[in-house]
Amino acid sequence: MYPFTYHQPDSVRQAASVAGKAEDAKFLAGGMTLLPTMKQRLASPANLIDLSKIGDLAGIEVKGRSVVIGAMTRHFDVANSKELQAAIPALADLAGMIGDPAVRNRGTIGGSLANNDPAADYPAAALALGATIITNKRKIEAEDYFTGLFETALEEGEIITKVSFPIPAKAGYEKFRNPASRYAIVGVFVAKRGSDVRVAVTGAGASGVFRATKIEAALTAKFSSKSLEGVKMPAEGLNTDIHADAEYRAHLITVMAKRATDKAK
Amino acid sequence: MPVVSMTVNGKAVSADVDPRTLLVHYLRENLRLTGTHVGCDTSQCGACVVMVNGASIKSCTALAVGLQGADVTTIEGLAKDGKLHPMQEAFRENHGLQCGFCTPGMIMSAVDIVNRNGSKIDEKTIREELEGNICRCTGYHNIVKAIAAGAEAMGG
Amino acid sequence: MTGTGIGAPVRRKEDFRFITGKGHYTDDINRPGQTHAVFVRSPHAHAAIRSIDASAALTSPGVLAVFTGDDLTADKVGGLICGWMIHSKDGTPMKAGGHPALAQGKVRYVGDHVAVVIAETHAQGREAAEKVKVDYEVLKPVVDMAEAIKPGAPVIHDVASDNTVYNWHLGDKAAADAAFAKAAHVTKLDIVNNRLVPNAMEPRAAVGDYDSGSDAFTLYTTSQNPHVARLVLSAFIGIAPEHKLRVIAPDVGGGFGSKIFIYAEETVCVWAAKKVGRPVKWTADRTEAFLADAHGRDHVTHAELAIDEKGKITGLRVHTKANLGAYLSTFASSVPTYLYAPLLSGQYDIPAIYAEVDGIYTTTAPVDAYRGAGRPEATFVVERLIEVAARETGVDPAQFRKKNFVRTFPHQTPVIMCYDAGDYDASLTKALEMADYKNVGKRKRESAKKGLLRGVGISAYIEACGIAPSAAVGSLGAGVGLWESAEVRVNPVGTVEILTGSHSHGQGHETTFAQLVSSRLGISIDNVSIVHGDTDKVQMGMGTYGSRSGAVGMSAISKALDKIETKAKKVAAYVLEASDKDIEFKDGKFSVKGTDKSIDFASVALQAYIAHKFSGQELEPGLKESAFWDPTNFTFPAGVHICELEIDPQTGVTRIDRWTAVDDFGEIINPMIVEGQVHGGIGQGIGQALHESAVYNESGQLVTASYMDYCMPRADDVPSYNVGMTQTRCPSNPLGIKGCGEAGAIAAPPAVINAITDALGHEDIAMPATPRAVWRAAQKSIGLKAAE
Ligand SMILES: Cc1cc2nc3c(=O)[nH]c(=O)nc-3n(C[C@H](O)[C@H](O)[C@H](O)COP(=O)(O)OP(=O)(O)OC[C@H]3O[C@@H](n4cnc5c(N)ncnc54)[C@H](O)[C@@H]3O)c2cc1C
Ligand code: FES
Ligand code: FES
Repeated sequence: MYPFTYHQPDSVRQAASVAGKAEDAKFLAGGMTLLPTMKQRLASPANLIDLSKIGDLAGIEVKGRSVVIGAMTRHFDVANSKELQAAIPALADLAGMIGDPAVRNRGTIGGSLANNDPAADYPAAALALGATIITNKRKIEAEDYFTGLFETALEEGEIITKVSFPIPAKAGYEKFRNPASRYAIVGVFVAKRGSDVRVAVTGAGASGVFRATKIEAALTAKFSSKSLEGVKMPAEGLNTDIHADAEYRAHLITVMAKRATDKAK
Repeated sequence: MPVVSMTVNGKAVSADVDPRTLLVHYLRENLRLTGTHVGCDTSQCGACVVMVNGASIKSCTALAVGLQGADVTTIEGLAKDGKLHPMQEAFRENHGLQCGFCTPGMIMSAVDIVNRNGSKIDEKTIREELEGNICRCTGYHNIVKAIAAGAEAMGG
Repeated sequence: MTGTGIGAPVRRKEDFRFITGKGHYTDDINRPGQTHAVFVRSPHAHAAIRSIDASAALTSPGVLAVFTGDDLTADKVGGLICGWMIHSKDGTPMKAGGHPALAQGKVRYVGDHVAVVIAETHAQGREAAEKVKVDYEVLKPVVDMAEAIKPGAPVIHDVASDNTVYNWHLGDKAAADAAFAKAAHVTKLDIVNNRLVPNAMEPRAAVGDYDSGSDAFTLYTTSQNPHVARLVLSAFIGIAPEHKLRVIAPDVGGGFGSKIFIYAEETVCVWAAKKVGRPVKWTADRTEAFLADAHGRDHVTHAELAIDEKGKITGLRVHTKANLGAYLSTFASSVPTYLYAPLLSGQYDIPAIYAEVDGIYTTTAPVDAYRGAGRPEATFVVERLIEVAARETGVDPAQFRKKNFVRTFPHQTPVIMCYDAGDYDASLTKALEMADYKNVGKRKRESAKKGLLRGVGISAYIEACGIAPSAAVGSLGAGVGLWESAEVRVNPVGTVEILTGSHSHGQGHETTFAQLVSSRLGISIDNVSIVHGDTDKVQMGMGTYGSRSGAVGMSAISKALDKIETKAKKVAAYVLEASDKDIEFKDGKFSVKGTDKSIDFASVALQAYIAHKFSGQELEPGLKESAFWDPTNFTFPAGVHICELEIDPQTGVTRIDRWTAVDDFGEIINPMIVEGQVHGGIGQGIGQALHESAVYNESGQLVTASYMDYCMPRADDVPSYNVGMTQTRCPSNPLGIKGCGEAGAIAAPPAVINAITDALGHEDIAMPATPRAVWRAAQKSIGLKAAE
């Protein structure tokens, strides 16, 4: 690692103020992405602002027709929240599929969404559920939030504080894991709210998470995996790497979408 | 350099550390607790797993400075009063280790698995829960057996 | 069998320190005043070095020195060696290019060692290493073997203008050709044996130390064979004469072959310790391990099997291209030749075999022995051919094997080996039974109802272990003898120290060797300690690999124990006032035949040292003996593994449903440990078959340089294994042991692929059979079905 100055603010305001003043600053949440990158000297922030001592950033709350999750809520707590399991079981299920137990004990929803790894799981949920990303400055709709590979609408020094997920009628998530890294090769989140069906795909897109409109159309007609028989996703715009080529990913999207639909609760 | 104080294996420890110091290096270099190992650079192998405030974490992916006041248990702190922890016993009894390099992390993860899942865990769950611990020697068979047996023993 | 003697599943003595975090691995060692070595590695697969400018690095904080290949040359430090001479068909010696520890004007793979920075801390070393400016003239990489041997391909080493190390062969070509000319059926296969990275969980490490007072070096290193390391570092590389170089391999966290070899890093650390006058430490990070540990396998083979009208095999022809990487690692040349082709007869009576092997340089990491070394590659060829031949001729694969098994022993194959003992039928019969083979059809139908494809695959493997008779391997080109040494030190109180040249890095020698002593001397295993891994303590030894510690290492101990018994009987005779011819030794007691006079082992030990009962002229005091055991033959463990699996054709995911292993390892010292070895081997074999593959892209970058891309099998990738045994005693050593360390890794890959191809209904799949590959292959199956 390159040297850095370490900060441990105890409020969001203070964190933002440090970020505003310090040069080349980065926030540290669970560190499960940032620290390995720093260890490999791929990231070298001069200032590291640890968010872990900010009390009110963690927690899960059902508020009316939404579930609001604090940015510093660990994957483990999301996976095991009774409220969430009742309100949006698919989201709890998704959190339980991230990495391994020790990763889930540290990694946070805010860190994952800020990082926007194209193979991460949360972006699929955020996009399909129509989440709102709440920062210390504003509210960003998921539609506008994910802007490319590891790219988001966040500005320099902007801190995610909460994420609000509207409660769907039914939702399901299915993930085809990369056998080596266990991130998603293809992850499909399907959500139905009224007549609105949204299907978001992570892991597969060459420019990150996206909505599979073809599958949405088929499921809107009838929300059943049977509707997806014969639905072929195009391979254009999908990733090819040593683990999976675009054609295979395209095929897996439909398979995962079917399985997510079958699982949807 | 910031001062970090924490409790490691029941003992209060305090030291000036470079902010870059990872918990695993703090344990290995400053405290000479070399039972916690490093097996990868990508936070995947689990050779470094320790307990922090009762939950398993990868000590290669945590800054020591961030763990002010934390209660840390390493493999060296698992046996109590000269008596092996039931999970340690189970690994020995079931030949759950060969070269021993992955073993400290495996045992710490195993204890965490039982803490979270209770003492009756089926093989499938154990295997899934071991996702973050790689062993190259045992083919996992006896590790899985050891954890099942250790879980029962921990349950009473 | 006593509670802790031979055959008992004794819990391991070494475990206490490992389960309590008290093991002592190389990286746990810190020497006073220690500095840290960080290597500057080549980012290019192939490049000429125009210049190295270390000035900025030298002024970087904490830096003591930066060394390059020139510094090694100036100190007359020699290059790394390959210790096995192979001759080509035409009689010419192999073309071994120089292998400098730090580059001499050229780099030949990504990760190749260019320079080393010695600094106060690792972090400072790393910072400085980034400041070493190397001016490279980038040359065209040669990653693919087929490209490497094309005329006009870039030349990697000047000595080998066609990038070919050797064109070697074994067997009788005319006889094999004749068999094919008469064959009723010929099965042909093109086979790739995928390149693997051994990935012992403990990364390699070294601490070099130099004591100017005695002009002596100490090297702590992650080695499977510290004495061989000392020999090579002394006699060939020229660090220091052997009596001035102590090599210590403490607890070692797995090896699987990769820690046999003498690498650049430990060479540089021990040499640099004198240069900077302080201890020098290096520990690989995982990326370095991926880049610069010797890789394994990487064969491309065309193989053909000739069968007569009665379904008997009459001939085998094999042509293999073996990727040896950029340099010849310590034993690299032997792996695809003498450790491979002599096993091509498998468990079968094959009258004519001819094998050709081309060893090829590429700009990739050196390739050397990895668990099984040559034998998994041979078994994969044989067992795939057999399976496909059975399918093509419409015979049940189990029956086809039975029909062709070797049934009388000793059996001389046409490819060097003389199998001494075995009962291949017994293992297959038992395995079929345990696997409930007869009901596979029913299970297949049940899977089909769920939309899944079920397949079953057999692998009947043989390996040559207990390497090896020194004169025999010498005649085949080995640079060293492959005996083993042992010393038995009996202390005056009757406790025993065994000094062995074998080295344990997970095999449990502290337990199994103690069991042997316990059985022989009738003392508790708690009174036996095993000393290994230190050249100052153990006089000489050849180390642990090739499943040799039991068959060779323990045979040496057994021989030394014979001498102890003889001597102790003499002592007992004096004490009991009888003739030593009348002394009997049983259950730890020496007694005079036909009387009730006796004395226990500990008392004899004491008397041997007190030496009051005999004069030093009649009998030397003390009780300590040593022995060297040179094997009389290889040993031939063999067995049958059966894999049954289910494929989800929608995703291509393969799930192994059951694994049956029946192995014949001869005598078993500790069944618990033996089963553990089998499990571990199967795990690695499944890894090779389904998950693992070292991939270089066309520019020679290793794409799979971390666990993010190199798929290590995890607990949920493998099943529980059902392990059984059959037993024929090995006649070639006193203990009847054959060895068990590599069996699983050898047996597993063809069992998996035979099962997958059975499920798919066609043979078109290569290793690793990843979900994507299986999905594609399943698409083809669907196509084939539709066409029927
Ligand atoms: C072995 C392993 C396996 C994994 N497997 C998966 C997987 O299967 N699926 C998956 O989705 N992920 C996986 N991850 C990633 C994991 O989920 C991470 O926890 C997550 O991506 C990042 O969260 P973090 O809290 O650790 O963030 P950090 O690593 O601390 O930070 C990540 C980035 O987000 C920024 N950031 C963090 N919090 C905020 C905030 N509140 N506001 C603004 N910016 C912020 C940081 O500055 C940094 O740039 C894996 C990680 C590991 C190590
Ligand atoms: S060293 Fe921490 S996960 Fe590998
Ligand atoms: S026992 Fe060696 S890596 Fe697990």
